[in-house]
Amino acid sequence: MSDATLNPSVPAGPNRDVPLAEAGFGDYVALLKPRVMSLVVFTALAGIVAAPGPLHPFIGFVALLCIAVGAGASGALNMWWDADIDRLMRRTRSRPVPAGRVEAGEALALGLALAGFAVMMLGLAANWAAAGLLAFTIFFYAVVYTMWLKRRTPQNIVIGGLAGALPPLVGWVAVTGSVAWAPLLMVLLIFLWTPPHFWALALFVRGDYGRARVPMMTEVRGDRATRDQILLYALLLIPASGALALSAAGGPVVLAASVGLTALFAVAAWRVWRRDAARSEADGWAAERRLFRLSLVYLFGHFAAVMAEAVLGTGWSAWGGA
Amino acid sequence: MAIRVEHELHARRRGRNLGLLAVLVAFVVLVFFLTVVKVRSLDDPRAFQGFDHTVRPAMIPQDGGS
Repeated sequence: MSDATLNPSVPAGPNRDVPLAEAGFGDYVALLKPRVMSLVVFTALAGIVAAPGPLHPFIGFVALLCIAVGAGASGALNMWWDADIDRLMRRTRSRPVPAGRVEAGEALALGLALAGFAVMMLGLAANWAAAGLLAFTIFFYAVVYTMWLKRRTPQNIVIGGLAGALPPLVGWVAVTGSVAWAPLLMVLLIFLWTPPHFWALALFVRGDYGRARVPMMTEVRGDRATRDQILLYALLLIPASGALALSAAGGPVVLAASVGLTALFAVAAWRVWRRDAARSEADGWAAERRLFRLSLVYLFGHFAAVMAEAVLGTGWSAWGGA
Repeated sequence: MAIRVEHELHARRRGRNLGLLAVLVAFVVLVFFLTVVKVRSLDDPRAFQGFDHTVRPAMIPQDGGS
């Protein structure tokens, strides 16, 4: 937003939460991290669509809305807690709280209010099992990841990634009221996808995390170890993706997507693994950027395939029943 | 020099107020249609009366009534 240019460097200190410019409605929307929310909505929708059983479309819409609002609440709580380090990083310093447009206390209040709204509405509209899972997801992101792990361990995004992985399970449980293997495999897929996704990004924006003293893998263990870990998780994604393709949510469409996307992702991760920092710097981190972009396509492709399978009715259950 | 009555700050506040209005209207619409869907999904209308846990004459079987 243009307001960021008014306060390019907000000094840290006891008065840092005093707003320097009045917030617009868009600033409050920005607190909800709409880009992260879009990923959550997409994967949760896959969970809802793939789940067996009838669900009124409006209830499905409300469930999806609640999951999205819950994700937004997590984002607002994250921005409240991380305002001090957000102002140190180029990527985040124009966010509403570090830029001084919204008070940190407002972000906290908005986060808590939206979290309460999302959990209560999901419980009333769908069921309390899904609402409990959503509450756990918000707690895990805001407290376990943001407050406990993020500044302490380079495994922060590995463990914290569980929060971002749970939405398809919440969506599935909102329809069925119970847990099953298929949504758990969706969770596993996102869980294993998160580290290579973030570490590919961290390889080419590492200065930012270093300034904020966030112990990202690239800062603490170095470039080589990060590349090793990226390859490890890319290889772990092969059986996870295959298992999802063979699960109740799978079918020929998911299997084809799984084979194609996993092969592309593994090759891209291998290319990143066999380089070193000097070589990457020489070509502007081309392979790392490619892996990062491909990781987005990888996740989108898998969950689009899961939804297509459910909509077309071509899942394995249809084959067995023929 | 003309005095500007409308400041950028006012436009920003108006935008914020209209945004909040839209959110509140959306919430009312959401609750209304959720209620409609929930009530219509009940097969037996008497079950709807049972939601408030209050005894209703209409719910008492005719044979058992005095």
